[in-house]
Amino acid sequence: MNPSNYAETAAPAAAQRLAGLLARRLGEKIIEALLFLAALSSVGITVGIVGILLYESAEFFRHVSVVDFLTDTQWTVLFTDPHYGIMPLVTGTVVTSAVALLVALPLGTVIAIYLSEYATNKVREIIKPALELLSAVPTVVFGYFALLFVTPLLQRLLPNLPGFNMLSAGIVIGIMIVPYVSSLSEDAMKAVPVQIREGSYAMGATRLQTALRVLVPSAFSGIASAYVLGFSRAVGETMVVAIAAGQQPNLTLNPMEGAATITAYIVQVSLGDLPHGSVAYQSIFAAGLTLMLMTLVFNIAGYLLRKKFREIY
Amino acid sequence: MAPAGTERGAGASRRKFYDRAFAIFGLLATFVGLITLSALILDLALDGADRLSAQFLSSFPSRFPEQAGILSAWVGTTLVMLVTASTAVPMGVAAGVYLEEYAPKNWLTALIEINIANLAGVPSIVYGLMALGLFVYQLRLGQSVLTAGLTLALLILPIVIVATRESVRAVPGSIHEAAYALGATKWQMVKDHVLPYSTGGILTGVIIALSRAIGETAPLITIGALTFIAFLPGSPVKAEFPFISFDWLMSPFTVMPIQMFNWVSRPQEEFHLNAAAAGLVLMLMTLVMNGLAIYLRYRFRKRIRW
Amino acid sequence: MALLVGGSLAAISSLAVPETAAQIVQIDGSSTVFPVTEAVAEEFQKAKRGKVKVTVGISGTGGGFKKFCRGETDISDASRPILKQEMETCKGTGVQYYELPVAFDALTVMVNPKNDWISSLTVADLKKIWEPGAQAKVTHWNQVRPTWPNAPLKLFGPGADSGTFDYFTEAIVGKAKASRGDFTASEDDNVLVQGIANDKNALGYFGFAYYIENQKKLKAVPIDGGKGPVAPSPKTVEDGTYQPLSRPIFIYVSKKAAGKPEVKEFVEFYMQNAAKLVKQVKYVALPANAYTLGLEHFQKGKIGTVFDGEAQVGIKIEELLKREGKF
Repeated sequence: MNPSNYAETAAPAAAQRLAGLLARRLGEKIIEALLFLAALSSVGITVGIVGILLYESAEFFRHVSVVDFLTDTQWTVLFTDPHYGIMPLVTGTVVTSAVALLVALPLGTVIAIYLSEYATNKVREIIKPALELLSAVPTVVFGYFALLFVTPLLQRLLPNLPGFNMLSAGIVIGIMIVPYVSSLSEDAMKAVPVQIREGSYAMGATRLQTALRVLVPSAFSGIASAYVLGFSRAVGETMVVAIAAGQQPNLTLNPMEGAATITAYIVQVSLGDLPHGSVAYQSIFAAGLTLMLMTLVFNIAGYLLRKKFREIY
Repeated sequence: MAPAGTERGAGASRRKFYDRAFAIFGLLATFVGLITLSALILDLALDGADRLSAQFLSSFPSRFPEQAGILSAWVGTTLVMLVTASTAVPMGVAAGVYLEEYAPKNWLTALIEINIANLAGVPSIVYGLMALGLFVYQLRLGQSVLTAGLTLALLILPIVIVATRESVRAVPGSIHEAAYALGATKWQMVKDHVLPYSTGGILTGVIIALSRAIGETAPLITIGALTFIAFLPGSPVKAEFPFISFDWLMSPFTVMPIQMFNWVSRPQEEFHLNAAAAGLVLMLMTLVMNGLAIYLRYRFRKRIRW
Repeated sequence: MALLVGGSLAAISSLAVPETAAQIVQIDGSSTVFPVTEAVAEEFQKAKRGKVKVTVGISGTGGGFKKFCRGETDISDASRPILKQEMETCKGTGVQYYELPVAFDALTVMVNPKNDWISSLTVADLKKIWEPGAQAKVTHWNQVRPTWPNAPLKLFGPGADSGTFDYFTEAIVGKAKASRGDFTASEDDNVLVQGIANDKNALGYFGFAYYIENQKKLKAVPIDGGKGPVAPSPKTVEDGTYQPLSRPIFIYVSKKAAGKPEVKEFVEFYMQNAAKLVKQVKYVALPANAYTLGLEHFQKGKIGTVFDGEAQVGIKIEELLKREGKF
């Protein structure tokens, strides 16, 4: 700016500058509002999911009493004599998930300790991505792997195992969710400050003792999150159980039998036709709501656990 | 105290032994996962490798297993992914940037954050139920490419948001300060500095998210996408004005995992070989995408020196 | 936000819908009829060089009719005649239809090849196994016939949306859809094949074509309909001795859709090529004049059904022809 003509241009320039500033301000505000809306849309998804589930389930519970839903031991929605007892589907879901977790939690935790405390950098760089590929395999592929590869293998060991069983589906789901458990647990262990490790080594502890008695308790909150996510994945897994566990609602806690899970039921009905507004159509939403509630209860339990054991460094 | 010393010595060597044993045990545990992965790929390859050919990629499904191919399936997958990416990437990146750069510390922000963490645990089939109730029946979008794309977009949105946040967080504060010092507004700073620096991380996250979406079957079965489709949706690019067409959005479609599922539920043995081959192609797609993501992560990590 | 994006995309695309919709023939319905219709659809699309698109779904006969009466599909595959209730629904929505028989099928009862105690089943045996009263009661083989082993009875069958299920329950139990509910029900026929092939104590039923393709893994049981056991085969279906589980299968064409040239052309193509293609997919073809008769009805605009919405069991081929001829 040349000072000599400053006076005569100052006013309009200032006005212009002000206008520019205002426009910029406004632009900034609009952009911020848009970004905020995008962030809020993720809440919209939850609202949409819960809203639709509640809306259709409310219709369902107009036909079916909640007491029947929770106490009847049969689930025969599509037959002439319909029963609406969700329990057989719940037990199927619980048993397959339990088998899956019995496989995934020990394996995942051991792998996490190994990768975080034992493995050299080079080994870790190879193993981590390779394990992540496990979670990238489409679940349909896993389903057929369970039915046509794992089940015949198990039948050699257990001759009385039927062709559809929860054991095989559960084992495969378990291996499938190992990467979720291991990578989250490992992140949690990595986050433990190095001084704590050093202190433990200084006391003469071995790596294993340090891992089990110092690191795992310190990283407990992160490991618990990993377990909860693993559980959610196991409960929500669909194609593997629909293909390999059989699709017959069966009130049993024996993994050697076949049974339908909540997710398998939803798929089974979806493969037929769902006339909008029929009880069968609403029943899959009631089943979906039950599934959501199961994961919710587990998530809250995990949250309370973490709160209790939270370590502050 | 001498005996105690020897005892401690013995204890120490026992502890050392356990320590070593665990190292081997840990390695074995990782092998369980890797061996399963190899068995799976081998199993598919043994069954399906013979069917893999140019003809398999360029033919429609057919009642003759040896003539059948996955043309409509992979084209369908590509189009669905196009919708998914063009919905999930802008929304996910915008949400991630907001939470990392703009969000005030208040209850609303906390709610959004808790919500995103919990969405990761929502079973994918539940997204399918929502799509059935909302997109198919309330909005009347039908069982189309559009419905499928939007459903999968919502499914992967949390992954994109988390990836964006992590990449944006990694941009050092000094960059922010420097941009402000030169008179940049907040948005200019984000647009010209933060986003370019975090592109690598965001891209990696997006690719991994899309590779998950490619293999999703359950939500698409729920919206009723299981049909015999031996044609392609209309092309998005046209020779006459206005050169772009949106017909394909409303077209019926099939995708790779659904095609595979369809073949496996056929009675003829030969179709199962086709299913294995389709599975192989699907695996290859996800492997290539994941490989690309790992490579990008490595490249960007190397290139940026703060 | 998602809704906004979705809404605007929908708005854009709704402008473009008419020109694609005109080129599609939409078919849904029975998984038993699917192999035949799929073969026709494939040949037709080849003949038309991709100018007409045909989609074929497999929601089951009941599921297909529900969509058909809502006006969502042009043609419905059916493994049984349309029922009273479905006729009412279609009447309510103003959907009129042509009924065209396309083939015969033998509904086949299957056991595992390792099953060495079963040589034939009577209709009474089947009823004992499948009636609603058997649920949670008849769970072992020796409850059906005391001479059979005390082994668990594992049952497999098509889902409740399926015409095969309707026909079987009608023929065996005497009332359509009346069945026990504690069996593995699936619209996915391969699930049933795998289930029976992997379990020594299994019994199940589905269409003949699915059995023929898996003869190594399954054993078909001869059925005694009162005149001694008869095994299912193209011959026993043609001469009418495989009873009561032989049945005609159909396509139903919406009258309104038949006004569209591509649907009309497709149906004509279907009737002209059915005889050849039906044999190819291992079903039993109708006599040649049945197809010409069907085509004639279609071209002369004879709508409606010859079955009056009553489920019928044990129709033989000549009888079907007689009815169609009187129509």
